[in-house]
This record gives sequence, C-alpha cells and structure tokens, in this order.
Amino acid sequence: MKTGIKNMKKEVRGQLITYGLVIGVFIIVQVMLSLGMISNLMQGLLVPLCTYSIVAVALNLCVGYLGELSLGHAGFMCVGAFSSAFFTKCTMTTGLNENVRFFLALLVGTLTAALFGYLIGIPVLRLRGDYLAIVTLAFGEIIKNVINVLYIGRDSAGFHFGMKDETSLGLGEDGEVLVNGAKGIMRTPHQSTFTIGVILLLISLFVCFQLVNSRSGRAIMAIRDNRIAAESVGIPITKYKLLAFTISAAIAGIGGVLYAHNLSTLTAQPANFGYNMSIMILVFVVLGGMGSFRGSVIAAVLLTMLPEILRGLADYRMLIYAIVLIAMMLFNWSPKLIEFRKKFIADVFKKKEKEAA
Amino acid sequence: MALLEVSNLSISFGGLRAVDNFSLNIEKNQLYGLIGPNGAGKTTVFNMLTGVYRPDEGIIRLDGQDLVGKKTIEINQAGIARTFQNIRLFGQQTVMDNVKIGLHNQYEYSTLTGILRLPKYHSMEKAMNEKAIDLLKVFELEDKADYLASNLPYGQQRKLEIARALATNPKLLLLDEPAAGMNPNETQELMDTIRFVRDNFDMTILLIEHDMRLVAGICEDLTVLNFGQVLAQGDTKTVLKNPEVIKAYLGE
Amino acid sequence: MSFLSYLINGLSLGSVYAIIALGYTMVYGIAKMLNFAHGDVIMIGCYVVFTLMSQYGVHPGISILAAILICTCLGVVIEKIAYKPLRGANSLAVLITAIGVSYFLQNLALLIFGADTKSFTSVVNMPPLHLAGGKLTISAVTIVTVLSCIVIMIALMLFIRKTRAGQAMLAVSEDRDAAQLMGVNVNGTISLTFAIGSGLAAIAGILLCSAYPTLSPYTGAMPGIKAFTAAVFGGIGSIPGAFVGGLVLGIIEILGRAYISSQLSDAIVFAVLILVLLIKPTGLLGKPIQEKV
Repeated sequence: MKTGIKNMKKEVRGQLITYGLVIGVFIIVQVMLSLGMISNLMQGLLVPLCTYSIVAVALNLCVGYLGELSLGHAGFMCVGAFSSAFFTKCTMTTGLNENVRFFLALLVGTLTAALFGYLIGIPVLRLRGDYLAIVTLAFGEIIKNVINVLYIGRDSAGFHFGMKDETSLGLGEDGEVLVNGAKGIMRTPHQSTFTIGVILLLISLFVCFQLVNSRSGRAIMAIRDNRIAAESVGIPITKYKLLAFTISAAIAGIGGVLYAHNLSTLTAQPANFGYNMSIMILVFVVLGGMGSFRGSVIAAVLLTMLPEILRGLADYRMLIYAIVLIAMMLFNWSPKLIEFRKKFIADVFKKKEKEAA
Repeated sequence: MALLEVSNLSISFGGLRAVDNFSLNIEKNQLYGLIGPNGAGKTTVFNMLTGVYRPDEGIIRLDGQDLVGKKTIEINQAGIARTFQNIRLFGQQTVMDNVKIGLHNQYEYSTLTGILRLPKYHSMEKAMNEKAIDLLKVFELEDKADYLASNLPYGQQRKLEIARALATNPKLLLLDEPAAGMNPNETQELMDTIRFVRDNFDMTILLIEHDMRLVAGICEDLTVLNFGQVLAQGDTKTVLKNPEVIKAYLGE
Repeated sequence: MSFLSYLINGLSLGSVYAIIALGYTMVYGIAKMLNFAHGDVIMIGCYVVFTLMSQYGVHPGISILAAILICTCLGVVIEKIAYKPLRGANSLAVLITAIGVSYFLQNLALLIFGADTKSFTSVVNMPPLHLAGGKLTISAVTIVTVLSCIVIMIALMLFIRKTRAGQAMLAVSEDRDAAQLMGVNVNGTISLTFAIGSGLAAIAGILLCSAYPTLSPYTGAMPGIKAFTAAVFGGIGSIPGAFVGGLVLGIIEILGRAYISSQLSDAIVFAVLILVLLIKPTGLLGKPIQEKV
C-alpha cells in the first residue's frame, strides 16, 4: 500500500491541511514578530483572531453540522470569559503557579460554558428552526443582562453576593469586590498569548474534526439532513442534539477564556457579548462555508484583518459583509439557482462525453 | 404466533377517521402487500406501526411485544425498520455513511472514544465498514459508496433507503412504495432484490405498492384498504379477483 | 396612582409592540418565515421622519406619509430581492438571509446617518391630559399610540374579512399550493403582506421614537425582537394574538422595570418568551402545526 497525502482518506487530508495552515501561519507570524515586521496594532489583533476563530469553529459545529441556528453563542463566550476570569481573580492571591492557574481557569471556563450549554439545550432543543434561533438569542441577552447586575465580593467572612450595587454587598474592611456589576471584573492578568491562542484553536479544531468523523458525528449530521429518517433508524435525537450543542457551547467557552485573559478589565457589553457579536460570528461561519471548519477560521482571520489592512474600507466593512452574506445565501440556497447549476454541470458532462465519443 | 399482530387499529384526524378498525397478522418470513387507492390510509398505517402517530385505539404487537405508545426510536430498536414514500435519505452524506448511520445501534462506541480515536474506534469502524459494504453489495451500490446520497439517481436512492433500513437489523421491514418512479426494468430488478432480502436475511416484509405487477409478482398475501377500512384480506390471487377490490380500483 | 400610570405606560409601549408584531405575525403566517429585518425597517422609518422634520422642516403629517411610503416600498423590495429567490429553500437559509438583511440595513443607516444618537422630535404636539385632579398625567403621545393601535387592528381585521385581497391572504396562509391552484396570485399576496407589515412598521417606529426620543441605527433591533416575542406569545399567525401579546408584553416590561429592576427589564421580557415557548409553543391564540411524514 502506498502512503502519502494523495492516498489518504479525504477527511483525514482535509484535517491535516487545516492544521498545517494554522501552524504555518503561526510560524510566519512568529518570524515576522521576531523581525519586528508586525505593527503594534496588528500584534493587538493576534489573540482576538484566535478567539474569533475558535468561536466560529464552535458555531459552525452547531449551524453547519447540527443544522440549528444559535444566536446565543456570544452568551456562551460570555459565560466562559466571566467564570474563568472570576476563578483567576479569586486565586490571584493564593500563590498558585501562574500557568497552573491559567490551565485551571481554562477548565473552569470551558466546563461552565458546557454546563450552561447543556442546561439551556435541554429546553431549547425541543424547539425547531426560527424559534430555536430566537430563544438562544434570548438566553444570550439574559446572560449578558444578569452579569451586568451581578456583584460578588469577598472578605474574611467569605463570599458575598448582590444584585443591587457595591455597597449592598456589606463587605468587611478587608473586603474586595471581585465582580462589580456593569464595571465587570477589574485588574485581571494578561495571560493569553498568541501561542496559547493557536494551541487552543488547534485543540478546538481537533475535537470538532474528530467528532464529526465518528459515529456520534454521523448521528448529528443525520439529524440535520432528515430528522424523521434519523428517528426511524433508531438515532436518539435529543441525546445527539444536546451533545453537539454542549460541545459547541464548551468550545465557545474556550474562546471566552482566551478573550477574558487578554484584557485587564472584563465587562459584558452589547459590542463584545451581545447578539451583534453572535451575528458577527455567524457571518464568519456563513462566509467561510457552513460545514467547513477550515473556512470558518479563514473567514474569521481575513474578515478581522481586512479593515485593518484596507483602512479606507473600514467604514464600508460591515455593509460589504452584509451584502456578501446575502449574496452567498442566495447563491448557495436558492432552489432555482441550485437547479440551474445542476443542469449546467450535467450539460458540461454531456459535452465532454460527446467530445470523447 | 404471528410476528406482527395488529388488531382493531383506528385513528382520526380532525374528526375524519383515517384508519378504521384495521387488523392484520403477518407470519415470520412472509412477503405481505398493503394496497388500496390513493388516500386509503396505507401510509397512515405505516406511521402508526412506526410510532410516528399514536393510534386512538387498537393493539400492535411485534413478536408478542406491545408497541402502542412507544416512540419511533424504541420501535426501531424493537425490530421495525421502514422506508418512506417520499425518499428520506441523509442527502449530504455519502452512500456509505447512510448505511453506517443505520448501523448506529449495532456497533457502539462512545463519543470520547471517537474524538480520541481509541483502539475501540478503529475496530468498530472497521467492522462497520465491512458490514456496510456487504449490505451495499446486495443492492449493487458498492461502487457508489463514496457518492453523496443526494447525487444518486432516483431508483438507487430507493435501494439505498432499503439498505439503510436493513442495517438496523430489523425483524420486520416496511417498504412504502419501493417501486414508485422506477421503469419496468428497474422494477423487475427490485422484485428480485426484495425476494433476495427476504430469503437471505430471513426477513419479514410488509410493503405498500401501486404497481400491480410487483404486488402480484412477489406478495404472498394482501390486505386492501379503502377509505380507511379493510376491503379484502387473503392470498394474493383470491384478493385480486375479488369484485369489490376491482371496483374500488377501477371506480364505479 | 403610580401603578396606574405604569399601567398606562405599559399599554402605550404594548401598543407599539402590537403594531410591530402584526408585521411579524402576518409575514410568518403567509410567507412562513421570520423576517428578522422587520425591526430595522422601523429604524429606517424613524430616520426618514427625523431627516424630513428636523433637517428640512417638513410638516410632520407629510413626513409620516413619506416614511410609510418608503418603508412599504422597502419591505416589498427586500422581499423580492432577498426572500423570494429562497422560497422553498431550507428555513435555516431563509433565516440567515433575513439576518443578513437586518445587518445590511443597520450598517447602511450607520454609514448614512452616523453612529451618534439623534434626539427625535415627537410628531405629536399636543398638551398632556390631566386626570384625577392632576394626580395622573397621560401624555398626548400615549393617547395617540393606543388609539392608533386600536384603529389599525380594526382596519386590518376588516381588510382581511371583507376584501378579496384579505381573503387571498387567508387562503395563502392556510395552504399556499391549494391557493395557487384556486387562482390566487401567491406572489402578489406575499408582496402585499410585506407592504402592509412594513408600512405598519413605519407607524410603529414613529410612535416609539415619539415616546422614547432617541434614534440610532440599532433603535429597531431590540423592539423588533421584543415584538417578535409578542407575536409568539399571542400565537404566531394570529392577528388578535399579536394585539394581546403586544399589550401583555408592554405591561410586563414597564412593570418589571418599575418594580423589579430597570437593568433587568429586557431579561424579564426574554424570560417570558422562553417560558411561553417552552410551555405553549403555539402561543395563546395560535394553532398547532403538524409535520407531514
């Protein structure tokens, strides 16, 4: 048997190309960084690029493979960000090794987001289509709203919770406010680096690729393609929907952890965790191609960098995204266009056959 | 004891009695036909047998096990698999994967095993691939294994649906108009395949069909449904000569 | 007395939601899609009135008419360009396209009018009503809003019951294919639905901005989503449902803001949506939909 990239199974090859691409870009960036060829502005974008890529991969699992549109992924990102930042804030004074602490924070953020995904998924996944989209949006907004009125402090007596303001926490003299309502979590360490971002992106890609190319992945896609048929061959619908949704939420949570540890003050605003962010991520997913993790990463990177490169275009950026989004949806999904394309391809084949004959 | 026992099955939709007092017994290894004019309630019977609809009254037993009120998934696991009148394949997946989805409950490994590619993943996937190829060979689809299901021609899509249903290892196979849209040659081929499946998989088959050549050619017994009620029941030759049946088919 | 004034404010806000919800519910009933961009049509309507009135000094009445006209056309154009080609496509694709349209309108407004918040001048220029010896004050906008809502509801019900076009709408919402076979112009009916819904959106937007006088490219998004909540609450596809749902939701929002938490009022509204969908997905007055096998 021959080895080599050409004889590999298609799915394995696609996976390796994607990893190679990410690692390749990483190496190039590292070289350029060491040569001082990257502006400060661009350097500041490196971690967000990883964050958006990770969340886009997560959403693609939900939209492209499970076939359910979630408009609440910014909410899961928010959960991952705040739970991990809270953990870091709490353990900052314990003398825990920084790297161990970050690793634990990553676990906390991912698992909390997964838990939220699971709990929200149980009721939400019973709904279909448009209703599901709007309810995930609602959950995302609720998460953001609640975090904005959440106050948590700590003193020698332990933790204090409140929903009103700082003073209502009734902290002792040695007390410290950890989560300060709309002001968020302040003075957290910057621990997210480009290297960590790339590693987390690779892990997220690995989990998603391996999942969709396994027994569970096939079940998930079966539900997407035809729910009634999937039921008829004995696929437990709820179980696999919940599984995909939970994993997707967990990966969005990873993105949140990365995001939170790249800032000194973490707040929940419409711009970072509102549904506009969810829609931004959706744009990455659709433009990169639903069902293509590699596409999601490429779209997230290009669309985030483009306006920085083409300064003059910055004002028109969103408008262009919107137009491209609509055009792509029409091109890919319009029944008439699909039929036209099929006919066109069939005609081309016929011509070739004639020429051959 | 009959493999499938159905007695006094009834269901109404919005006051209209779609199926009324339907009874049927199918012996193991039988090839049984369910026929009747359009709108007679044939597919509704299938939907009740597979738990898509819950009957208002009546009993459904498979191998003595009561199935009324069970979910579609449980009924599949109990041993009934079906195809659909309007083909329902997993269009965006390969022919091979369609069958492997049918094998879902035969070859199990956990999600984590799948993500981490533990040894069990490899052994199970290998076994699934072999089994799936065997099934595809029965329907002469093995060289199309890597095609997307939605790219197959119509006749082969119908065959793939049967292969997928068989993959769930059923005791009873329900085929909803398997020959619809096929030309006479394809139909002839399909008849041979259905017989082959019955003989080689030791299968019991209940099928809905309008093509009388197929029905007369392979079904041993028939039930004729008209306006939701059983019009005639018995061995194929007798039933097809029944003047009531001829009248129902040809009209007044 | 403060409870009563909250209730009246809730009725007023609820009336706006009800008018917006009509657009959602009619489009959902007839085209079977969630027009995510509906809220942004509201915003466009507000900008038209704002530009005409504040920058060119046009009479409010004429500005309103212009806004209704522009929004009506906008609705029809959106349907023709973005939604019609996708008829019969997977509903996920339609929804994402609608989100794209919403995104487009917001960013178009951002480009043309800028991101800064404009202060909207109320189109209603009348003194408030004082009741109970001055203890209870009802603003003129509130009265106009509630009255407009009632008039629109009655007019719409009559339109659907009494006219051929209205009957065609009913037929298309019941069964599009059957309606087509019976000779109903399905494309025309869907266009008409979008036209009416979008025209109403303009009215709702103007009333909303008259009561809460700030205007930005994102003004329409939240009320849009909340009005969709109202439509779902009342039972999607049902016109009286949109009315009831809108009023109930408006009252819940204002009372929640007053008695529970002003920062959590959105969360409360969304919690209501989630509860309704989980307990009775067909809403108060809606009909269940069965999937064919």
